[in-house]
Amino acid sequence: MTAPLLQLRGVAKSFGGVRALESATLELQAGAATALIGENGAGKSTLVKILTGVYRPDAGHIDIDGRAATIRSPQDAERLGISVIHQESVVFDELTVAENIYAASPPRRGGRIDWPRLRRDAAELLGRLESDIDPRAPLGDLSVAGKHLVQIARALAIRARIVVMDEPTAALSHREADELLAIVRRLKQEGRAILYISHRFEEIMDIADHYMVLRDGATVGAGQVRDTSLDALIQLMAGRPVAQIFPKLECAIGAEVLRVEGLSAVPEFREISFSVRRGEILGVYGLVGAGRSEVMQTLFGLQRPDTGTITLDGRALAPASPRAAIAAGIACVPEDRQRQGAILGRSIRDNIALPSLARLARGGFTRTARERGAAERWIGQLQIRCRDAEQSVQELSGGNQQKVVLARWLETRPRVLIVDEPTKGIDVGAKAAVHRTLGELAAQGLAIIMVSSELPEILGMSDRILVMRRGRTRALIERIHASAEQVLRAATDA
Amino acid sequence: MSRGMHDLLRRLRHSRDAGLALLTALLLLALAARFSAFRDVASLAGLFDDTAILILLALGQMLVIVTRGIDLSVAANVALSGMAVALLNHAHPALPAPLLVLLATLLGLLLGLCNGLLVWRLGMPPIVVTLGTMAIFRGAVYLLSGGAWVTSDKMTPAFQSLMRHTALGLTLLSWLALLAVAMLALWLHYARTGRRLYMAGGNPSAAAYLGIEAGRMQCLAFTVSGALAGLCGYLWVTRYAVAYTDVAQGFELQVIAACVIGGVSVAGGVGTVAGVLLGCLFLGLIRNALPLAGISPFWQMAVSGAVITVAVVLNARRGAQRRRHILEADAA
Repeated sequence: MTAPLLQLRGVAKSFGGVRALESATLELQAGAATALIGENGAGKSTLVKILTGVYRPDAGHIDIDGRAATIRSPQDAERLGISVIHQESVVFDELTVAENIYAASPPRRGGRIDWPRLRRDAAELLGRLESDIDPRAPLGDLSVAGKHLVQIARALAIRARIVVMDEPTAALSHREADELLAIVRRLKQEGRAILYISHRFEEIMDIADHYMVLRDGATVGAGQVRDTSLDALIQLMAGRPVAQIFPKLECAIGAEVLRVEGLSAVPEFREISFSVRRGEILGVYGLVGAGRSEVMQTLFGLQRPDTGTITLDGRALAPASPRAAIAAGIACVPEDRQRQGAILGRSIRDNIALPSLARLARGGFTRTARERGAAERWIGQLQIRCRDAEQSVQELSGGNQQKVVLARWLETRPRVLIVDEPTKGIDVGAKAAVHRTLGELAAQGLAIIMVSSELPEILGMSDRILVMRRGRTRALIERIHASAEQVLRAATDA
Repeated sequence: MSRGMHDLLRRLRHSRDAGLALLTALLLLALAARFSAFRDVASLAGLFDDTAILILLALGQMLVIVTRGIDLSVAANVALSGMAVALLNHAHPALPAPLLVLLATLLGLLLGLCNGLLVWRLGMPPIVVTLGTMAIFRGAVYLLSGGAWVTSDKMTPAFQSLMRHTALGLTLLSWLALLAVAMLALWLHYARTGRRLYMAGGNPSAAAYLGIEAGRMQCLAFTVSGALAGLCGYLWVTRYAVAYTDVAQGFELQVIAACVIGGVSVAGGVGTVAGVLLGCLFLGLIRNALPLAGISPFWQMAVSGAVITVAVVLNARRGAQRRRHILEADAA
């Protein structure tokens, strides 16, 4: 084995007393891909930010070409030949494709940006990637796959030797993902080292030569991909046998509560039909951008459908606003807690009471004691870890914030609960608690729609699985018949 | 993909500027057909001279808005810088006028830098910072002057007439505005720092990955805005031949309005020099046309307000049309 191109030893990073990375160790070989595996919150993104100079490590060593390297800024990272292809678009939608490719260091002549050369070079790089993207197009017009390609072109533009790819295929169709993987192989052949972050194990098995598993901020395993197995990797990643992560619920499924038929809102989704029954969890799976959230927003009255019917308890429903949806008995826990969910600066009590104020208040005046009573009931029931009901929500951990948001909507006494990515970005322990809570709620007779991008979560929790791709229903599968391959194929195949 | 396709895409991208240019031209034609004053080259030059200060201030404001800020303190900065040089001119009549122009610009720059540092270093929201400094600058004008007016008889003729020199039918003031337009347009297009302003405003977190500090770019924008406001302080007191506490009172809103009409997005990252220039000309035309049409000053305010609202609605609609296309073109 040759000397590693990049080596990390004992890298640690804390944020205000919270350890994000404890001791990360990593080796990247030239001409090989190393898979970085870990649960959400395991420290992967912190590691990437250290490699790119956005964060500086508190401790540890970084060697490049066997020499100690310090990465103090993104410019340092670029100089050392490190480039990142981000999962979310870390690009400039308003600028042209060409300018995005050369955003870091545009070609210049006489101190001025040389626009003709910039466009020419950008076109050439895109040509090398066999892409027909117009370098003059505004980047915002591109698909996610197109944006990834632009970021890869950016890596080529700075002659990156180390390319970090952070879940590049998360929002891509099967065909787009295959095309991307072909490019990754070419980058390998050209002698670049790839750090490949993905939740899709079949991709890792396909493309990666080495792996490194991160758990709770520490490297817990590393080696050659051909010497390991899927089960071993998952076990390393979770730190426990897999079956325990997602408690299966066994409960009687009752009468139909919600029925959606032929729901369309062009250009976002078309002809979506499904139903949810008492005690049932309907999993909605699809890639990021498949139109799942848009369907849920329509159910919740945030936007109106073009056609289609929604029936709740046998009565037609056309929610014109979230207010109407809540009144009808639909609750929606949004995906982005920071922006759409918890009101961070306010107390747990305020957060929980908010949508139920009308019921908790009397004669137009709020009643603090009743609000506190409700909050304390949920704190006990959901085991929210906090000082008391008056504690500010921003002081809580991600998992507990999620529980507060959940409690808020349960307090509205809904008939149907919609949860969008309920465990995104929270640690494994809190995740299990959220799953247990959802299971218990279903057992109490609530109808639950759970949107999730995590296949194990979908497979473990759902009674039935609705698979969406590109705004359409691709499959509706009973859990007992569902396999990971089947669900994934429905979600990705063109 | 053909060249024609490229050009079409480019045209679409710039269609907003083109639309505003067309609208401004149509307005001018309509006014020219109705009023002889809009047919006369000399009075059109006068109209441009009248709009020059607005243009200079709006250029600075545009930089601030592009980086996701807002500068409410520009008009107060104009008043303070203008008062400072007017008093200096009164106290030391021997100082050459160009030096006072420079001093006004420098003072404005420092005031802008204060805004910028508060925003960048203390991470305070621009609207709060400039709301505060707006009041402080106004208060400082009062402290400096003791509430007294500096009238034209207290200022030297050389100090007052510098910007009234004409070349090719345009005043020095007009040339100054045109120079600023040209320089800023070139800088924003060809300089790395100019491009970085757009990146920092368009997507601050993406900019961070390139080592571009959004706060630093905001600070730069505030400083440029301040320097232009300082320059305009001198321009204002000499053009209107008086300096007093309430100079340019409320003018910051016209400046912001010109930017908004010109298509600068309050969400950041979007705005062109051409658009801002057109926004100023459009506003200038309206401001000059309404009195001629015999419309009362109260209605003039309402009309200006309506124009701004329409511009904002049009901008918002343009943004809303970007609904995500999820469905595939081919029906399955």
